[in-house]
Amino acid sequence: MEFPTALVLNAIVAGLLLGGFYAAVSVGISISFGMLDVVNIAHPAFIILGSYVAYSFNDRMGVDPIVVSIVLSPLFFAFGLLLYRIYYQCFEKRGQESLRGLAFFFGILFITEVVLVLVFGVDYRLVGTAYSSTTLHLGAVDFPLRLAVPFVVAVTMVVCVQLYLSRTFFGRAVLAVAQDQLALRLMGVNPIRVKEFAFALSIATAGVAGALLIVIQPVQPAIGREYIGLVFAVCVLGGMGSIWGTLLGALILGLAESFTSTFFGPSWAPAVSFGILLAALAFKPSGLLGR
Amino acid sequence: MRKLTLWLSAGLALLLLAASVHAQQQPLKIGFGMSLTGPLAGNGKAALISMQIWAEDVNARGGLLGRKVELVYYDDQTNPSTVPSIYNKLLDVDKVDLVVSGYGTNVIAPAMPIMMQRNMTFMALFGLNVNSKFNYDRYFQIMPAGPEPAIGWTQGFFDVAMTLNPRPQTVALVGADAEYPALALEGARAQAKRTGLKIVYDKSYPPNTVDFSPIVRAIQATNPDLVFLASYPPDSAGMVRAVNEVGLKTRMFGGGLVGTQFAALKTQLGPLLNGMVNYEAYTPEVAAKFPFLDQFLAKYQGRAVKEGVDPLGFYLPPYAYAMMQVLEQAIKATGGLDQAKLADYMHSYEFDTYVGKVRFAKNGEWSIPRMLTVQYHGVNGNDLEQWMKPGHVTVLAPGDYKTGTVLAPYQENRK
Repeated sequence: MEFPTALVLNAIVAGLLLGGFYAAVSVGISISFGMLDVVNIAHPAFIILGSYVAYSFNDRMGVDPIVVSIVLSPLFFAFGLLLYRIYYQCFEKRGQESLRGLAFFFGILFITEVVLVLVFGVDYRLVGTAYSSTTLHLGAVDFPLRLAVPFVVAVTMVVCVQLYLSRTFFGRAVLAVAQDQLALRLMGVNPIRVKEFAFALSIATAGVAGALLIVIQPVQPAIGREYIGLVFAVCVLGGMGSIWGTLLGALILGLAESFTSTFFGPSWAPAVSFGILLAALAFKPSGLLGR
Repeated sequence: MRKLTLWLSAGLALLLLAASVHAQQQPLKIGFGMSLTGPLAGNGKAALISMQIWAEDVNARGGLLGRKVELVYYDDQTNPSTVPSIYNKLLDVDKVDLVVSGYGTNVIAPAMPIMMQRNMTFMALFGLNVNSKFNYDRYFQIMPAGPEPAIGWTQGFFDVAMTLNPRPQTVALVGADAEYPALALEGARAQAKRTGLKIVYDKSYPPNTVDFSPIVRAIQATNPDLVFLASYPPDSAGMVRAVNEVGLKTRMFGGGLVGTQFAALKTQLGPLLNGMVNYEAYTPEVAAKFPFLDQFLAKYQGRAVKEGVDPLGFYLPPYAYAMMQVLEQAIKATGGLDQAKLADYMHSYEFDTYVGKVRFAKNGEWSIPRMLTVQYHGVNGNDLEQWMKPGHVTVLAPGDYKTGTVLAPYQENRK
């Protein structure tokens, strides 16, 4: 097996770009599942919803899908607030969140898919952007903007989420709710409001991740299911509830996939990725940056 | 006593008559699973529209065997594991009279054991080489891949490649980890052996791969003369984009990409398709060879736009209609629904359909292959109109349909 320098450098760049995108689709799960203990299995469906919203505006008005997703993120946030309120009233409040809550999010996943099928049809949708077909070359290394732009947006989003959670009072309350709800309540903070807000934040990130997805590849209503395993794997590998861990885990899985595809054959990529996950958990069960 | 017997006999006769009239008025049910959600739903829904148009046409003519035709179908979600239960339900609960397949190798193969157990005549819609392992004598395939599908499917690409001067020496084979690409790659390996090409890359990738550029770079590192790809729509799009981004240098690229036959990928990829060699079932360049297709497309295209599926309808929809035409003609000719008689008739006679004359080989495949090998060129922008008329596709094979010769190398014709 040879490892020519250009091939290695391109594998690194491709892996990092891919990892950045994986971080964007996983950060919401890291918040809802990692911090709030809400097994939001429908998260990938909200990502696809974000893809279709971005597609609609791009198709009708020619607006860049990423711009659309950022502008409309308050709507996704509001949707998240509503969804958590329903989940809390129907399941969490009654202590039935474990199995019935999971069934609830499964239901939401299927409903979202069916609604997308009814509204947009079942054909694949893709957006055209000014940068989609441009590739920058730095020596022997390629930077396809189709992946580089989503990478920049993804990393920016993850960093912003981390800064918000670590530097603001409400952000620290979210971190606190993940550790001890009772203590938070004793300090006069309503943990349900905090969880509601954090869950909404996770749905807002799904909207942005959806726009990044449709820039990268065509989507159809059921494609989100392919990401269910990945987002949870990234979240667990990085450490439950750790945003930096999510970014690190995503980059590691992206690099693993890229190197395996380049040098050993792409069909080994999932085995290598999940092998890394298992090995990491064997040595550090709480995940790479988990406490 | 005689009076009572007379009354009873008359009553029984009336009951039998009523039952017979009732049976005649019962619709003739044709059941199938179809991908209406999931990755191949775009194709499945387009096929369904064609089959519905056929049912409406038949019913407007008075139905079949004096009975209205009713299509009974369920969404298989493009998921092979749903297929056995769908066909069991169709046969045991819905009591359908006939069954046909859904779209694609992935969902045809799991239906085969049930068809064989029940001795059903089974018309199948675009499955590649499914019957090679089953050898079922009541299986019929409407896809024009020829009697040796795996080899016939890839023959056009390799025959065209062998016309290049100098003759190519090496080939890279790549495809998704799924039923159809696996069978297509099997055929490509046989073609490589037949043509004396050295295989320098032979790998498959998981269907949910997001970034294909590492794969394309790995292929480029082997510097192949030819790159044969067998893929489903999302990975077709991903590979074509990655090939353009990386700037793949090879003499011919393409072969077995599913998806570029449909308007969605044609318009989305646009000029990125230039230079690629792939297969098509029909292109406007050879319209004269398909004299009856316009009649079908006129019915199909308006409806497809309304239902948000492939507005071109060049690939799967005419064959979905033709599949039902074959069944219709066999039922009319045999005068019933006897599965053995239907199968015998379909083996023995030629059928007139919108896609031309169809005759089946012993294994149920087309007796002569007729899939077109084409090269895209001069595609500008992403509008659909340019695909509706001749100008951007050269038919390279088979010989009867040929409109030009291949342009190589690929990288110089990519622009």
